[in-house]
Parts: sequence; structure tokens; C-alpha cells
Amino acid sequence: MSALLTVEDLKVSFPTRTGLVEAVRGVSFTLGRERLGIVGESGSGKSQTGRAIMGLTPGHAQVTAKQLNFDGIDLLSASPKVRRDLRGKRIAMILQDPKYSLNPVMSIGRQIVETLRQHENVSRGEARERALDMLAAVQIRDPKRVYDLYPHEVSGGMGQRAMIAMMLVAGPELLIADEPTSALDVTVQLEVLGILDKLVADRGMGLVFVSHDLRLVSSFCDRVIVMYAGRIVEELAASELANAKHPYTQGLLNCMPAIGSDRHPLPVLDRKPEWAQ
Amino acid sequence: MTSAVSVSNLSVTYDAFKALNDVSVEIAPGESFGLVGESGSGKSTLLRAIAGLAPVTGGTIRVHDRVLQGAKRDKAFYRAVQMVFQDPYGSLHPRQTIDRQLLEPLAIHGVADGERRILKALDEVGLGSGFRFRYPHQLSGGQRQRVAIARALILEPSILLLDEPTSALDASVQAEVLNLLEQVRRDHKLTFIMVSHDLGVVTHMCDRLAVMQGGRVVERLSSADLVAGRIGEDYTRSLMVASKGFQRKDAAVTA
Repeated sequence: MSALLTVEDLKVSFPTRTGLVEAVRGVSFTLGRERLGIVGESGSGKSQTGRAIMGLTPGHAQVTAKQLNFDGIDLLSASPKVRRDLRGKRIAMILQDPKYSLNPVMSIGRQIVETLRQHENVSRGEARERALDMLAAVQIRDPKRVYDLYPHEVSGGMGQRAMIAMMLVAGPELLIADEPTSALDVTVQLEVLGILDKLVADRGMGLVFVSHDLRLVSSFCDRVIVMYAGRIVEELAASELANAKHPYTQGLLNCMPAIGSDRHPLPVLDRKPEWAQ
Repeated sequence: MTSAVSVSNLSVTYDAFKALNDVSVEIAPGESFGLVGESGSGKSTLLRAIAGLAPVTGGTIRVHDRVLQGAKRDKAFYRAVQMVFQDPYGSLHPRQTIDRQLLEPLAIHGVADGERRILKALDEVGLGSGFRFRYPHQLSGGQRQRVAIARALILEPSILLLDEPTSALDASVQAEVLNLLEQVRRDHKLTFIMVSHDLGVVTHMCDRLAVMQGGRVVERLSSADLVAGRIGEDYTRSLMVASKGFQRKDAAVTA
């Protein structure tokens, strides 16, 4: 399997008044057409890793890497035009909260059409048709009605489906999902994940799934990368999660209260400074 | 047995929307009671109604056998009942030091030994006195929630209303805060009413729980029943399935 994305020694740092904050400190992995999970706590650098691949790191940050290669294109030396063409067309990103990441003054349909017409030369009518098909594909029951709704008029689950539709309409090869279901209810979460899972499988996309929920990620992905303080502490197959070796991974797994396990008090993470080395 | 909190036939209406429809729950003293449901099910509204933060249109709320009228609550109520909110980023005053925020309830209630109580409360929630003169933005999410718990405990209430106290926190920090809550409950013999959408958290923390949907209680059961799968309602079962995590319908795909 040829690699769709190769990341080698990726570093992202932010200059601040009090010195350089290193958010990502040397992350390396390769991704084929598979589902890769990146897990870690707040501040572990998991989202910044996703954003660096997408090219959404803030301008004042410093991004370096020995290699950041998407299908033969070196992303770091690519011109802004090339990256713009990639973004949305071949690499797409689903963000956490549809309440904040959709344009509040544009109807859902128009936002989907905008993505499409940005990247493909299609007529207005055809774009509308494809947007409606896409809304149907994310299992929205009445696509025609939802097409004309504004983001504030739909529920969180519906908004997140609209976002998935928007991201997939141009047929990307790599999808980065940054906590796509954290803002949703548990019951809706599974529906949205089910839709995402089906579309990713049907279209043969590569998926990078960023989340803090180790259990969720392991049930969804093929492979899991665990990050701590900007570094990868462990990489393992999702099915091997029970055999995780690193104490941090074990800690993350154990600290969740699960139905039926009576542990009082819950085990907590005892963070060791050497993990960050 | 007299109950710590008794809610009977409670209705809450926002304009034309019925947020709570004929809800009754009884919570015994010293009990830890869970409310579960998805967004919009009315679980937070029930807590807010008890605290006097929601427009009650029918039914009665009794706390320690005193009937509460309307949305007005007297000082004695607030000494007995305190609330911890979901989002520690939004529930602390951004421009006041921790010291000042902890002092405010004491000043309102005319408690004299503020100094001692503040130090004790901070110590209890595992924050040293070094945190006393910091501002909320200098603390992490877990530390802020600890401050919110300290603020609730400082009046030594007997009932704590917890509105999704850990859902804004990381899994690892959640474990620390849940342990802290269990600790203070044991030490102070508190009654907990805890809202959460996470069945794992609720069964861990609570003895009994009520499942809510669309402003009604659809099922009341004990945590032991839930764990053993003795569930009467389909809705509860669907929440149970949801909390088990994502499962690929492989059979359906290959068929």
C-alpha cells in the first residue's frame, strides 16, 4: 500500500512573550487509505498536528518537518495556491462544533455549493443537485428543506452532518476529523460516526481521527497514535489496545468510569516528567 | 422517611415550550441521585428549577420538608443547597481572584471566619493556598472546576446540585474530579443530585437514577439494575448501547 500522507519529524511551535511554546515536537507517521486515530489530552498537540497537515496553522507559528508529503506533493514548500487547491478538494477537515464552524449567515446548501464551485467547474444547477445528493448521503431526510436552512435553525447532529456533507462533496482523498462528535449527544454521536464510517469506507478515503476519547477512537479506527506533550508515546493497532505498554495509554484507558466496573476511587493518571522526554 | 428533596408533578414552561412536564422525584438524605438523558430532555432544567433558576408553572418542590414557592429562595435555602455548573470556563468571574470569589458567599451569608474557611475549602479540593490569589485564566479546566466545587462547599451545604460537572473536562481530569466529589460527599455526608449524559459516570457516582426524555421521567432505576441490564424502557436501552461506544455493523455492510 503506497502512503497517501507521510509525516516525518513534524514540529509546530508558537513564539510567545514568555518564550517558544512547542505544541508539536517531532511527530512522524505514514497514512495509507486507512483510519488512523490520534488520541491525547488537551494540549497534547493532537489538533495542531491535524491543522498543520491541513495548512491551518496560524501565521505566526513555526511549522517545520523533515517531510510533510501528501501524494507526492511537499506541503511545506508548496505555494499558497497549490495548498488552496488541495484544501477542500483533496484534503478536507471536519471541525468539532457545528455551532461555531459553519458560516452563520449563509444557508447550508449555499455553503456546500461554495465548496464545490471553488474546486470544480460545474453549473449552478448541477452543483445544487450534487449538494442535495450529498445531504441525502449523510442521511438527512428532507434535503430540499435543509438546503435552505441556516446553521442556527438546525440541531447539533444535523449541523455536523451538514459539515460532513460539505467536506465530502468535492470527493477528498484524505479527511481529517478533529473531535467530530465531542459536541454531540451520545445517541447522536453514534449516528454521525456511523455515517462517517460508511462514507469513508465506500469512498476509500484516508482518515485521521483526532479525539481525546481513547475508547471511541479504538472502536472506530484501524490504528491509534497516542500523543503526550507534543510527542507520540505509543502507536498500536486498535485491536491491540488492551495490550498497551505505555503507562500513559494504560492510564487513559483505566480512568474512564465504565458501566459495571465498580472502582472507587477511580485510578488517576500519575504524570511522569520522563514521558515528555 | 423524610426526603432531602422531593419534587412532585413539576412543570416548567418557557413561553409555549414545556421543558418539564409533570416530573416527580424523591431523593433521600445522603443519597446520590443521577439524572440522565440527551440534550433537551429537561434534566438540567429540573436542577435549575430546584435552585430557583427556571420558571416553575406547576407542582411543588420540597427541600428538607419545606415547600419552595415560585423562583424566590431565601438565604437558608442557599446555605443548604449549592450548585456546580457544567462549564468551569463560564461559571467563574474572569476578573476576580479565587479568594474574592470564595469570599462572596461568605460575605452574603455573614460568615465570620472567612480566612479559615477559604483555606480549608481550597485544601479540601486539593488546591494549595498558592492558588488563592490567582485569576481563573491562570488555572486549567480541572483546577477551575475544583474552585467551583470549593465555592459550593464553602457554605457547608447539605445538598449539592451538579450539572454535568465533568463533561467539559478531559477523561483523565474527569477521573480526578469524580474522585474529589466522592471524597467530599463522604466527608460531609452530602446529598448529590447529578446530571450527566454519560451513563458510565452516573452509574459510577449514583445509587439511583432517573432517565428523562422530552421533559418527562421515562424510567427510574437503581445503578445496579442498569448494570445488570434490568431495563424496562427502550429509550434507556438505546442510551446504554450508545454508551458502549461505536460498533461497526459489519453484518449489514456485507449483506
